[in-house]
Amino acid sequence: MSSICRFGVLGSFFLCLVLFSFPPATSAQENPYIVAYDHYLEEPGNLEIEYFSTFGTQRGGNDFHAFWVEFEYGATAWWTTEFYLDGQTTFGDSTLFTGYRWENRFRLLKQEHFINPVLYVEYEHTSGADKILKEVEGHDVESDYEEPNALLRKEHDQEMELKLLLSGTHKGWNFVENTIATKNLSNVPWEFGYALGASRPLALKASAKRCSFCRQNFIAGVEMYGGLGDRYSFGLNNTSHYLAPVVAWNLPSDWTLRLSAGFGLNDQSHRFLLRWGVSREVPGFGSMVSRFFGGRK
Amino acid sequence: MKALIGALGVAAGFLALSVAFAQPQKPEKVSTAPMAYDPAIYAELGKAPEKARNRPNPLQNDPDAVAAGAILFEQHCAECHGDVAEGTRKGPSLLVPEVQNAPPGAIFWLLTNGVVRKKMPVWSKLPEPQRWQLVRYIKSLGGPAAPAESPAPKP
Repeated sequence: MSSICRFGVLGSFFLCLVLFSFPPATSAQENPYIVAYDHYLEEPGNLEIEYFSTFGTQRGGNDFHAFWVEFEYGATAWWTTEFYLDGQTTFGDSTLFTGYRWENRFRLLKQEHFINPVLYVEYEHTSGADKILKEVEGHDVESDYEEPNALLRKEHDQEMELKLLLSGTHKGWNFVENTIATKNLSNVPWEFGYALGASRPLALKASAKRCSFCRQNFIAGVEMYGGLGDRYSFGLNNTSHYLAPVVAWNLPSDWTLRLSAGFGLNDQSHRFLLRWGVSREVPGFGSMVSRFFGGRK
Repeated sequence: MKALIGALGVAAGFLALSVAFAQPQKPEKVSTAPMAYDPAIYAELGKAPEKARNRPNPLQNDPDAVAAGAILFEQHCAECHGDVAEGTRKGPSLLVPEVQNAPPGAIFWLLTNGVVRKKMPVWSKLPEPQRWQLVRYIKSLGGPAAPAESPAPKP
């Protein structure tokens, strides 16, 4: 068994152990977006563990299944920090670990406004074989992914990614706009991208009975994302774009399931991206860790 | 393999940093008692603008609002404020007169805006009717019809 397989098995086991070993105490109310971000941060002291998959079709190469695990922690009510581990399987090729990301989101205003800005700062260290498509930027196009993993993994990227997240909620509708600017830390120009989204719960009032299938537990919407070129060739030329209906099911037992079917909007895009994710919130994680190390009880 | 070791190292660092940041700077005595009563904590309610304070609860006469609000409270609020809003070391009691006598509009405003510098999250991600259901539940804990409560709007 290769070290990557061992890592996968051990990692999955650890994740399951963590997910199932905490008693339910809160219920998440997550928006369904997988690429776009709204302005809501993780509650302070809570840890959210998330697993996501992306199945993508590939012309001129093999289809792939990319996956990532997120550990999202609410450091304060205005700062959420998140760590990602990425991997992928390309059918008929291989499975490999493709890198990690450390993301931070900072709420800029104290109170709720019509539009709420959040600053997003991420460092990522990934290989060229990374296919999670968590964001699309610059001149990212389908043909970038058609090479075999053995070649793609030789390329290593260290990037800083900045985003301005704008989001507002009105009459139950949430609207988001994300502007993306990415700088590869080697000598590569700034690249740009965008993500847009809108979503709404199927019912705005909560039911007076506990239920899993109540309409208020389902949030449906749509997101659109794509690249905007780079500093020297800004625009839509040779960029890829996607439109994806999305749905989230927030279960009373703390679990959230998300599903997204993304369709490429031009010839440079993958024709189809099927994404799904499962997450669970662990309330009071910061206090638990503190107690474990003999801190405040 | 180097990348994997690096990733795990960064994960450990990230965890330690964020947990450390979330803890108070001064060491405290071990305590599971609720947060001590401090009127200043409730001063945020007084910051609600006049227009927000005067908003009546549109679900004032909804017979299901309190029951729905109780479920929402358990899901989203009890972790910090306690199972029956009695307060914990993470969040203040909501049974005190400052809350029970506050206009429903002020409580709704605080739920919507949070107090992010004092760890109270923004709850505008809950749709408006759910926030009003929470207000109904919170007000119901102090007994029937608190005097400052506004009448329900006419349809």
